Amino acid sequence: MCSLPVPREPLRRVAVTGGTHGNEMSGVYLARHWLQAPAELQRLSFSAVPVLANPAATAACRRYVDHDLNRAFTSSFLNSRPTPDDPYEVTRARELNQLLGPKASGRAFDFVLDLHNTTANMGTCLIAKSSHEVFAMHLCRHLQLQYPELSCQVFLCQWSGEESYNLDSVAKNGLALELGPQPQGVLRADIFSRMRTLVATVLDFIELFNQGTAFPAFEMEAYRPVGVMDFPRTDAGNLAGTVHPQLQDRDFQPLQPGAPIFQMFSGEDLLYDGESTVYPVFINEAAYYEKGIAFVQTEKFTFTVPAMPVLNPAPSPAS
Amino acid sequence: MWTDSQRKSDKKLLGEMTSCHIAEEPIKKVAIFGGTHGNELTGVFLVKHWLENGAEIQRTGLEVKPFITNPRAVKKCTRYIDCDLNRIFDLENLGKKMSEDLPYEVRRAQEIYHLFGPKDGEDSYDIIFDLHNTTSNMGCTLILEDSRNNFLIQMFHYIKTSLAPLPCYVYLIEHPSLKYATTRSIAKYPVGIEVGPQPQGVLRADILDQMRKMIKHALDFIHHFNEGKEFPPCAIEVYKIIEKVDYPRDENGEIAAVIHPNLQDQDWKPLHPGDPMFLTLDGKTMPLGGDCTVYPVFVNEAAYYEKKEAFAKTTKLMLNAKSICCSVH
Repeated sequence: MCSLPVPREPLRRVAVTGGTHGNEMSGVYLARHWLQAPAELQRLSFSAVPVLANPAATAACRRYVDHDLNRAFTSSFLNSRPTPDDPYEVTRARELNQLLGPKASGRAFDFVLDLHNTTANMGTCLIAKSSHEVFAMHLCRHLQLQYPELSCQVFLCQWSGEESYNLDSVAKNGLALELGPQPQGVLRADIFSRMRTLVATVLDFIELFNQGTAFPAFEMEAYRPVGVMDFPRTDAGNLAGTVHPQLQDRDFQPLQPGAPIFQMFSGEDLLYDGESTVYPVFINEAAYYEKGIAFVQTEKFTFTVPAMPVLNPAPSPAS
Repeated sequence: MWTDSQRKSDKKLLGEMTSCHIAEEPIKKVAIFGGTHGNELTGVFLVKHWLENGAEIQRTGLEVKPFITNPRAVKKCTRYIDCDLNRIFDLENLGKKMSEDLPYEVRRAQEIYHLFGPKDGEDSYDIIFDLHNTTSNMGCTLILEDSRNNFLIQMFHYIKTSLAPLPCYVYLIEHPSLKYATTRSIAKYPVGIEVGPQPQGVLRADILDQMRKMIKHALDFIHHFNEGKEFPPCAIEVYKIIEKVDYPRDENGEIAAVIHPNLQDQDWKPLHPGDPMFLTLDGKTMPLGGDCTVYPVFVNEAAYYEKKEAFAKTTKLMLNAKSICCSVH
């Protein structure tokens, strides 16, 4: 399995995006704050650009206006001809693609960090495309080592054969931070502060890389999706039950065949009838009810990440 | 001066020489409202299921009607369509001339008023339970609108005792300017049931279980009351609203400080002058001023950002209820 090319030059064009979902408040408030006071995002060899990704949804404190922005970055949406009836987020995705991309082109930003919250008990979750993203894997490792108390879990979101659709896929390298649990529309000080610290450390890592730091090979453990499970529903499509108390809040913990996963209105338990242990994530995420997802089933696997080639140090501070 | 029902009670009191201080009419009609806020899912779920299978909420001799109050907001899984349904059951809104131009919730309020009200009307509902969730760490909460309502104080005492050791708090919103015109206020006995923390748009099994138990005990109380049980004088601890506190904001009206980590999730716990209250985005702590200890509630409720309420200050006090029994026994 080959890895994708790692950066051979210092990363100069870096962006941090908040408010991709307008009701995920840590990123919304951080982006707004940095747009007023960007000093915190500056490093010697580059300055990260803050972006409020979905201004209309942010103003309305909703996930999206017409269409989930974080599903709008496929080539089909990005490259089809604009029409006046296009959903707000499709138009916005094209704008962001102009600003931070174009996706898969040489002109794209070097790195985009996208900030999210979840109502699920996912703690500090680092979301990258796949294990082939060597730069992103080294970044994740760095965050895990800097903050062992946070138990940062790595979730590799790309389903095999599927095109990427999320915002940070427009750049050459990207990562999403997913912090929870936090209700939509709520700004918690503890999660806000953790997000801010993590962003600073991401930028520090990029600076270390730009300055020629060596990052040796290592073994990484991560989770990748193998399926999704919807809520039990009535014929009318309403909820017939909800996540079982023994599964609720147990993101990243092993779920064995036969264990209860849903509790019906009647009190009856529905059991997991898969054949192997899975690791559920996004358990009871509010935004996924409409996507028909009560939780995402993942498998845990380990892989080797090759060393990152050392850069020649960056010549001078970025202008 | 005296209402019809008070005169009736007094007659029964003197005529039957009961040991009970207040004799009340039996409860005939009870409503359980869900979906007053369309994204507070526990009530939505319970009411939808009880509409299919209401066995759990039936009690002999009692009509219990589950009802979805804001179906359009429920369908969109949003708090409201045009305006907050739980703030507009005042005379002005209820009296507006019906028209398509009225906000959806105002039209809906009038429909609900005609179906379940008016207060003290012949066919009106005696008790309305309105089911809510909050993102705040408030646990099981009962909301009381009138400090002199003996019947409800007795009911709340019964519910609290039955739930113990699970805590159940009583929030008294009786206040000349802060009181609001709730959906349930059209009934003689309005009961707010609020359980949290639960994010908007999420249905948690543990929260569902708690709300279900609260309703069960409430209906059991009504049933015992109707069967003639006398409830001796009692007292309950309540938290009475004093003041609402907004987030510190900047010159553009944007929030400039967050609920401090020491206050986050600490609903019902004492907050003393000098204790941390807010944390600015620059990392400065803003303490509680004044010289009174308060008991914060609705700390960091998502829906209250737009109402400019970071939390509500309450004071703790005891409310007493006289003994009550049903007048037909």
